[in-house]
Amino acid sequence: MIDFELSPRIKATRNMIHMFAESAVRPLARQYDEQEHEKPWDLLNMVQKVMGGGIAGAFGTEKKEDKGEGEGEPKEKKPKETNLAGAVTVEEIFWGDAGIALSFPGPGLGGAAVQASGTPEQKEKFLARFTGDKPVWGAMAITEPEAGSDTANIKTTAVLDGDEWVLNGEKIFVTSGKSALEDSEGFVVVWATVDKSAGRAGIKPFIVEHGTPGMQITKIEDKMGIRCSDTVSISFMDCRIPKENILGSPEVVDKTKTEGFKKVMATFDATRPLVAAMAIGVGQAALDFLREYLTEEGVELRYGINPHRMTSLERDIMQMEADLKAARLLTWRALWMLDNGLRNDLQASMAKAKAGLAVTRITQKAVEIMGPLGYSRELLLEKWMRDSKINDIFEGTGQIQLLVTARRVLGFTREQLK
Amino acid sequence: MVSFELSDEQKMVQETVNSFAADQMEPIMRECDEQNAIPAEVISKGWELGLLGGCIPEEYEGFGEEISAVTGVIALEELGWGDLSMALHLMAPSVLAISVLDQGTEEQKKQILPAFCGEEFKAASCALVEPYYNFCASALRTTAVNDGDEYVLNGKKCLVPLAEESENMLVFAATAPGMGFAGVDAFIVPVSAKGVKVGEREKNMGIKALATYPVTFKDCRVPAAARLGGEAGCDFLRLLSRSRLALAALAVGMSRRALEHSRDYATQRIAFGEPIGSRQAIAFMIAEMAIEVDATRLLAWEAAWRCDRNIDFKKEAALAKNYAADMAMMVCDRGVQIMGGHGYVRDNPVELWFRNARGFAAFEGFVMV
Ligand SMILES: Cc1cc2nc3c(=O)[nH]c(=O)nc-3n(C[C@H](O)[C@H](O)[C@H](O)COP(=O)(O)OP(=O)(O)OC[C@H]3O[C@@H](n4cnc5c(N)ncnc54)[C@H](O)[C@@H]3O)c2cc1C
Repeated sequence: MIDFELSPRIKATRNMIHMFAESAVRPLARQYDEQEHEKPWDLLNMVQKVMGGGIAGAFGTEKKEDKGEGEGEPKEKKPKETNLAGAVTVEEIFWGDAGIALSFPGPGLGGAAVQASGTPEQKEKFLARFTGDKPVWGAMAITEPEAGSDTANIKTTAVLDGDEWVLNGEKIFVTSGKSALEDSEGFVVVWATVDKSAGRAGIKPFIVEHGTPGMQITKIEDKMGIRCSDTVSISFMDCRIPKENILGSPEVVDKTKTEGFKKVMATFDATRPLVAAMAIGVGQAALDFLREYLTEEGVELRYGINPHRMTSLERDIMQMEADLKAARLLTWRALWMLDNGLRNDLQASMAKAKAGLAVTRITQKAVEIMGPLGYSRELLLEKWMRDSKINDIFEGTGQIQLLVTARRVLGFTREQLK
Repeated sequence: MVSFELSDEQKMVQETVNSFAADQMEPIMRECDEQNAIPAEVISKGWELGLLGGCIPEEYEGFGEEISAVTGVIALEELGWGDLSMALHLMAPSVLAISVLDQGTEEQKKQILPAFCGEEFKAASCALVEPYYNFCASALRTTAVNDGDEYVLNGKKCLVPLAEESENMLVFAATAPGMGFAGVDAFIVPVSAKGVKVGEREKNMGIKALATYPVTFKDCRVPAAARLGGEAGCDFLRLLSRSRLALAALAVGMSRRALEHSRDYATQRIAFGEPIGSRQAIAFMIAEMAIEVDATRLLAWEAAWRCDRNIDFKKEAALAKNYAADMAMMVCDRGVQIMGGHGYVRDNPVELWFRNARGFAAFEGFVMV
């Protein structure tokens, strides 16, 4: 039955997170934008204590409880809405502040990869750490200087030498890389090829623990936005890790070809809508601000009159509102499908493509509407514009999402549509 | 709890209406457009689907299914997928019937509704849109002035569907000009009433198969009892919102059809040695069309769901309708673009959708869910 009402459980969570975002996150937003590369440790420690990786769960681990059910026999049980709940949570924290929210401790994308394709032993060993007292981070390193969107082109290698894999290569733009490897006892999941000639089929994810010799953080990026979140380059020089730290099978089998690659790609079905939810949180913040400001200024928005009679301000705002709502509904749909065991790769890409673009436009428009106030660092609007831009870039650019969507709509393979 | 799954009943409605659209509407869409006419038998077959009669309660001789706006937008999307002119013709009576059902007095219901529960299509019309560039439903120039136990109507209307063959039409007029939506009322007016003049059939860019007329009211007197909702009047914005939901759904359906057509063409048409869909310039257009069609459907569903839940849905309906109008134009424009010159000639349906699509920005109060 079509229904847009969040369950009482999600609503309660949402209200709680919203209060938290408003009282604990938002007030720090400006400070940690200006003090780049510093972290709000009090807040992060508190988050870890109170939530025990719970919020972070929204980024990956909470799926745990769900996992068995998908494959096994479907039993009557409590409503399946873990991923949807995750999106609602993410939206609220990002409404508070995107940079700080991104720097929250938790398994992150690395954890999501372990969750998606790790063995039970690996999950036990690598995921337990996130629920302790101290903040711990996980990270994922795919991107290289020469391979961003074109992930199949990565050059980092992994060679088996006795009981160990030896990694060599350079990764860039690793979110929370410093947090995971230097500030906590975390790990990074590194994509490397075991057989360059095999293309995609040769690419495997490896778990590298903090403090592993041969792994070094070589750069911390200064960024336009989401400055509280660290983004680092990592180099691997004869970096040795245990043989069992590979995720999925080490085989490069011809027929089953890109199974392993696909499985990790499947993590994106869950994470892309969450990135969309991040964007939506920022967009909502901007719209909420505008609406409050305009109300104070005595501007009344006239819904329902014909568009050509609206002021250009009304028209802009209504377009922004509809765009944001459209993005949110696409996002909810993608996650609802995931929660219900339906294939959602198309819908996940649609949601991210829409949200990434819509919210960058919304925040840019919001700055424009506020004129000099919008441009000033007194307000957070200009920050939201800088912060939201990343949502159309990481986890697959807007163009890559369109590519995925178009392939699915047209029924084309990646060879037919490059 | 959030769900995007249709109920069994909704799936059935969707399938039934879609097969009607595919079998009966789509194949003759071009011919109807060229002829400016719709065969009566298609309308009467469409009537047999019982979309309108189905939601009228048994006490007024309908089949009394539960009224759901969500089911309504699902059905309308399929009709829009089939053909916009035929969909609007078929659903024209809904504006009168559903408005009366939603807000009429008991006498009005008894008087009006049974006529729409019969086996044969019963035409009815509505007159809301006015022929001014800055027409706005909240600032109607047509007025209704109270004079004892009568109202006197004066003004000009256009885009009045089926005016000639209808017995009654629902006329929207300002009873308190300057009061915005709150100052608008609706009147049940017999087409034959004195002071009503139905002009020559209009010639529009699109929806050519739908007969629409200009109608003028000159000192047209109707009894006070003809005012929708009696003395209390009606909640005009609510009616308008129900119509906006319907229009959004029709726009989604037609755009979905245009998207499907473009998709198929893009995989078949070869240029420079490969299907044009293999080029991102085309593929990305198609991806965006797909995203926007789905996004608009969800906006319409959500607004309809609010309507069913008795949560205020006026703002959502307005947003959905405006969004849908832009979306339909974007999608149908690209439909033509993707086919190049072949999209511009009348052999091809995309040019028809393109012409129809422009209408959504001007359509108001045409259909109801
Ligand atoms: C703050 C931040 C955090 C990040 N976090 C992580 C992380 O944690 N882990 C990680 O692995 N990576 C991360 N990234 C990397 C991010 O995912 C990549 O930057 C992104 O995928 C784009 O790759 P690129 O920068 O190499 O751009 P390119 O791939 O070089 O793309 C350049 C432009 O070309 C377009 N383009 C590329 N290919 C196509 C195509 N086939 N069709 C059409 N257009 C195309 C792109 O859309 C883009 O507009 C992060 C990046 C940033 C900035």
